[in-house]
Amino acid sequence: MIEFELNGEAVRTDDDPNTPLLWVIRDTFKLKGSKYGCGAGLCGACTMHVDGVASRTCTLPVAAVANRRVTTIEGLGTPQDLHPLQAAWHEHSVPQCGYCQSGQIMSAAALLASNPTPSEAEIDAAMSGNICRCGCYPRIKKAIQSVGDTSLAYNAAAGREVNS
Amino acid sequence: MKRKDQPTVAGAVTVTKIDRRTFLRVTGVAGGGLMLGVTVGCSPEESAKVRSADVAAEPIELNAYVQISADGIFIQSPNPEIGQGVDTALPMIVAEELDAAWSDVTVVQAETHPRFDRQMSGGSRSIPSRWLPLRQAGAAARHMLVAAAALQWEVDPAECETRDSMVIHAPSNRSLSYMELANSAAVQPLPELDGLKLKDRSEFRLLGKRVGGAKNHTLVTGGALFGIDHRMPDLLYATYVKCPAVGGRVKAANLEAVKALPGVVDAFVQDEIKPPPGGFLTVPLAAGVAIVAEDTWSAFRARRVLDVEWDEADAAKDSWSAARAQAQELSAGAGNEAVADKGDVEGAFDNADKTLKSFYEYAFVSHAQMEPQNSTAWMRDGKLEIWSPTQAPQFGADSVANLLDMDVADITVHALRSGGGFGRRAINDPMVEVAAIARRLNRPVKLTWTREDDMAHDYYRAGGFHSLEGALDGDGKLVGWRNHLISFTHDGTNPVIGGNIDANIDPGPFVPNLNLTQTLLPWQTPCGPWRAPRSNVVAFAHQCFLHELSHAAGRDHLEFMLELMGEPQWLEEGNSWSLHTGRAAGVIRLAAEKAGWGKTLPEGHALGLAFYFSHAGHIAEAAEVSVSDDRTVHVHRVTAAVDVGPIVNLSGAENQVQGSVIDGFSTMLGQQVTFENGRALETNFDTYPLLRIPRAPDVDVHFIQSDFPPTGLGEPALPPLAPAVGNAIFAATGERVRRMPIAKAGYS
Ligand code: FES
Ligand code: FES
Repeated sequence: MIEFELNGEAVRTDDDPNTPLLWVIRDTFKLKGSKYGCGAGLCGACTMHVDGVASRTCTLPVAAVANRRVTTIEGLGTPQDLHPLQAAWHEHSVPQCGYCQSGQIMSAAALLASNPTPSEAEIDAAMSGNICRCGCYPRIKKAIQSVGDTSLAYNAAAGREVNS
Repeated sequence: MKRKDQPTVAGAVTVTKIDRRTFLRVTGVAGGGLMLGVTVGCSPEESAKVRSADVAAEPIELNAYVQISADGIFIQSPNPEIGQGVDTALPMIVAEELDAAWSDVTVVQAETHPRFDRQMSGGSRSIPSRWLPLRQAGAAARHMLVAAAALQWEVDPAECETRDSMVIHAPSNRSLSYMELANSAAVQPLPELDGLKLKDRSEFRLLGKRVGGAKNHTLVTGGALFGIDHRMPDLLYATYVKCPAVGGRVKAANLEAVKALPGVVDAFVQDEIKPPPGGFLTVPLAAGVAIVAEDTWSAFRARRVLDVEWDEADAAKDSWSAARAQAQELSAGAGNEAVADKGDVEGAFDNADKTLKSFYEYAFVSHAQMEPQNSTAWMRDGKLEIWSPTQAPQFGADSVANLLDMDVADITVHALRSGGGFGRRAINDPMVEVAAIARRLNRPVKLTWTREDDMAHDYYRAGGFHSLEGALDGDGKLVGWRNHLISFTHDGTNPVIGGNIDANIDPGPFVPNLNLTQTLLPWQTPCGPWRAPRSNVVAFAHQCFLHELSHAAGRDHLEFMLELMGEPQWLEEGNSWSLHTGRAAGVIRLAAEKAGWGKTLPEGHALGLAFYFSHAGHIAEAAEVSVSDDRTVHVHRVTAAVDVGPIVNLSGAENQVQGSVIDGFSTMLGQQVTFENGRALETNFDTYPLLRIPRAPDVDVHFIQSDFPPTGLGEPALPPLAPAVGNAIFAATGERVRRMPIAKAGYS
């Protein structure tokens, strides 16, 4: 039995400890926002936050998150109260097919949490693990840049630490 | 903000009853392909009794595309959404003629139903084929709403106007919302579609604006929209293991060991089933081993234990290295089949001032759509229900019926959103596989391919080779053109999809003397449509070779391209699906101008220019490129000039062009599927690289919104990119790249 925190709630699973976290989230907890793209840590579609760090969960055994904090796209904002990045994704109408976008947003959110006003090079570095097959990169970049100082406000409101 | 993406609407497909005196039927309107659910049978006196006070709680149907309730206006989006943005663009067309406020509109992904006509996303056809019928659907609903209001106010409908989901009677200063009018509008007679006055372009309020994707909210909050996300009670999860070489059969498999694994429910061998001959986009069911489990991971994990002995007697032995060697040999001469001939080609080459000969090649590529293939199926009482991310649900149902010997009426296909399509999901092999698995189970089952399955069992874009020759006269004019295409055939006669050429491809129509031939090599591994089939490769060969010719003639490439186009005219008079030389020249000029053609660029930067016409889209692109000493190609900026007529959704259209440009560069840079002994050697994104954000160019998009009917934009912006970059590499370095991916020619 593995216990961890999922989007703010204490949860437990008796899935095989070697099961990648992605499949525990998708099939056991039925949260479908995190995607399967490659299963090999190459595309970022499965990105979640583990203790605030953007992690590729298709290769991360669920045992590794025991007693840790897991946040998925469903826990980033709520439909009524979007995370600034989710709102920016809206504003810039980033998605084409949209399949990669939860992973993109999770990577971007981890970046902004530690660096609220990243340079273009910092965006490139933080986002290069996330493939968008549809080529939404120009809008992804714009959306992240547009959030800028809003993310400070969000982090403050959420009572999180901002290491800027 | 109003949510536009409530997932379902009760009664969206079945016609909603209003009251007992009213009977409803679904009727087809000949010719237009528009099928409207129609309300008939009420006299005006009766219908006037249905007062606006009866605001509908359930959506009331005005026609197949438009339903209205107290909550707002529901517009059905008939075609599968694969990332091309039709779930926003198509409802916008309805909303425009309806005069609905977009903020009142909820987009509903339509069920698969004959009244929505052919529900296929492919060929960039959604916009052009739906343009008129959707405008009529919007206008017809508007007409009925106006009629209902006029009846209630006892005024002439001609005195009423509409705006923002309201019918307004200005003389008496009265207005009613569509939501208030829905009940009474539904019992108005359906107008003659041909008699409806559609808006003039100058009257558009919504079309041409920037509108965000209808499902953005669900997408950014992680809602379960895609085929792979489908949830239902009692669901089983399957994986299907096929021979790495197409056509292999199962000789033996350790099924008992697999069945004993934790989480595994069943494991069995499925034999190959071949489709009856004919049938568009119908596919065989490949032999394999199905593993059914209680969750996806248990199924995937069980593959490690599975041991299959394959019978490869009839399996593919395709070899890319052998095909390349053969093509290089063949390229010296003409092809063994004539394709087209005009003028005096021999004479043109004999009398030429200069002649040039070049060999271009490009590899097989995979679709690599982000969402791996999957489908869910449930067989109950001889009826089969399927949920699939598909571009062609109706063809899928046909495929399944054909192969499993079922009546197509017993098959329901729900087309769920696709995480990318690019042509891959026009072919429904996962649907056929899951149907075969589901009929052996008494629970619903979702089949998910691994990424490795996806790369090993694609319907690939075919590789190919062009041996090109050009002749220039003393004025540097192109007077002769030869192309020997070396491509592939599955059946010994017909080229694979995208493996053909004809005399209409630029510069064919503009060269007085032309000779086209082909040689088709046998190839067993299946090929299929890949974003802008044929154009995505021919553009590279033709448009780069044209640049070689203009350079050899010592001419400015822009001027050379414009000269080729000549006077503005349709290549086929009256056929708006043919190339128009004036539209072509317009985009070529605009792309060059906006990119700064002829101006000084930063040190080491150079521009390459290319044009391509496909899917009725006229598109020119200019790439600004530099190449570093280690031969890394930096595409700094791409300027695209696009004429696809009036733009429906400016935001979506721009996204498509930017995405096509990035896809074009991604593919030309490093993508190749290498076949040896019938096996694809690349297996995942480590060996099959997709472009990542640091390498993505800026893309400036300029639309020429001409008055021609609007055409699609999912594909035509891709083909010009590769030659634009190839030409820019030459301009920057003096080195000509004649091979895609360029990584195989030493670039990175
Ligand atoms: S699915 Fe995890 S990185 Fe691709
Ligand atoms: S939007 Fe389709 S993969 Fe990114």
